Amino acid sequence: MTTGAPTSTAGSDRDLAVGADTAVAADTAAYALRLGDDALVLGQRLCEWAATSPQIEEDVALLNLALDQLGAARSLLTLAGELEGAGRDEDDLAYLRDEPDWTNALLMELEGGDFGRTMARLLLVAAWQLPLYAALATSADDGIAGVAGKAVKEVAYHLDHARSWVVRLGDGTEESHRRVQAGLDAVWPYAAELFERDALTDRLVARGVAADPALLEPQWRATVEDVLAEATLDVPQTAWHPTGGRSGAHTTSFGYLLAELQHLHRSHPGASW
Amino acid sequence: MTTVEQVREVLSHVTDPEIPVITIADLGILRDVQVQGEHVVVTITPTYSGCPAMDEIRADITSALAGRGLRDVEVRTVLSPAWTTDWMTEAGREDLRAYGIAPPERRVTGPVPLVLGRRPSCPQCGSGDTDELTRFAATSCTSLWRCLSCREPFSRFKAH
Repeated sequence: MTTGAPTSTAGSDRDLAVGADTAVAADTAAYALRLGDDALVLGQRLCEWAATSPQIEEDVALLNLALDQLGAARSLLTLAGELEGAGRDEDDLAYLRDEPDWTNALLMELEGGDFGRTMARLLLVAAWQLPLYAALATSADDGIAGVAGKAVKEVAYHLDHARSWVVRLGDGTEESHRRVQAGLDAVWPYAAELFERDALTDRLVARGVAADPALLEPQWRATVEDVLAEATLDVPQTAWHPTGGRSGAHTTSFGYLLAELQHLHRSHPGASW
Repeated sequence: MTTVEQVREVLSHVTDPEIPVITIADLGILRDVQVQGEHVVVTITPTYSGCPAMDEIRADITSALAGRGLRDVEVRTVLSPAWTTDWMTEAGREDLRAYGIAPPERRVTGPVPLVLGRRPSCPQCGSGDTDELTRFAATSCTSLWRCLSCREPFSRFKAH
């Protein structure tokens, strides 16, 4: 993941030692880890399009998006490690955790499927990450705010890219319409997990550190429904909302993703270029 | 006794590894220089979160200063406040144009790019009749365009 100095996200002097702040630091670490896991896992899925995209420009585009996600993930995992205070760096967190220790939303880890499904997922994620990072840019935690203030600009491009493809495919041929609708139907139920609140987000929202997941939902829905209308796609109707990613209960395919992500580091600890 | 001015002078020759015509100072990513005795602290910020050039820039800074006998060097990377293309100097913009890269527009308002759709002038012939080929190109910070007048392709530094 890295050969260079880690990125410090909060300047030089992070004041962690003050007793009452320890619990907040632990909460913030867990929250940063969620955001970082989301970004890293989505980035890994996007990387699977390397050399297999429908055209070379798209190949470059998807890897650029993956690189943005990886950049945010590196900062967030570094931050989580610093706040945790147990001496783990971004590489330890990325390469040496097993499935139950990962806290990404299930939507990020779903297999990419065809190009239509990849773009449908990207639309659902980018339409969420944009208001999420916009809100977090003013987080009470300087580290989170720094990453978010950077990422919000990049995710604006991701949303724009996903929007243009979903519209092109949805309002394209019968076949492209059929496939992007099928992809959307497959990933849609998993989006609900993004807006779940739990004890951790409640505590951090109260302190101004986290964005209120539930408040992001109307904005997300408006963006997505606007795109789907233009794309002549149906908004999926379902009451089935799988969940569990935040507490470490992942889908079968996630194990294979982690095996590929972690294999080199685990087989050859400390390997570098 | 080392001074901030001396360090800045050395760093004024350090260029972006991917766009070697522009210095890190003109690009706006050199954020701060501090000297405490012989201890030098250089602070930089990435253009994009995942910018793969950062490791090389850190190494270039360290080796440029080592070349002047400054070996106690710490390079810090910060994300906040987030870099914007407004921090690029006029000299830097001209260097880019002369190299064949359309420099970024000045941002209009707000933290989110509102200029995604605006067309740059061709850095080769100056024509405004240009067309975006792909928004994501050889580096995170550029997009690929072509000029419909002189037919030359060119990179554009994304504004944000």
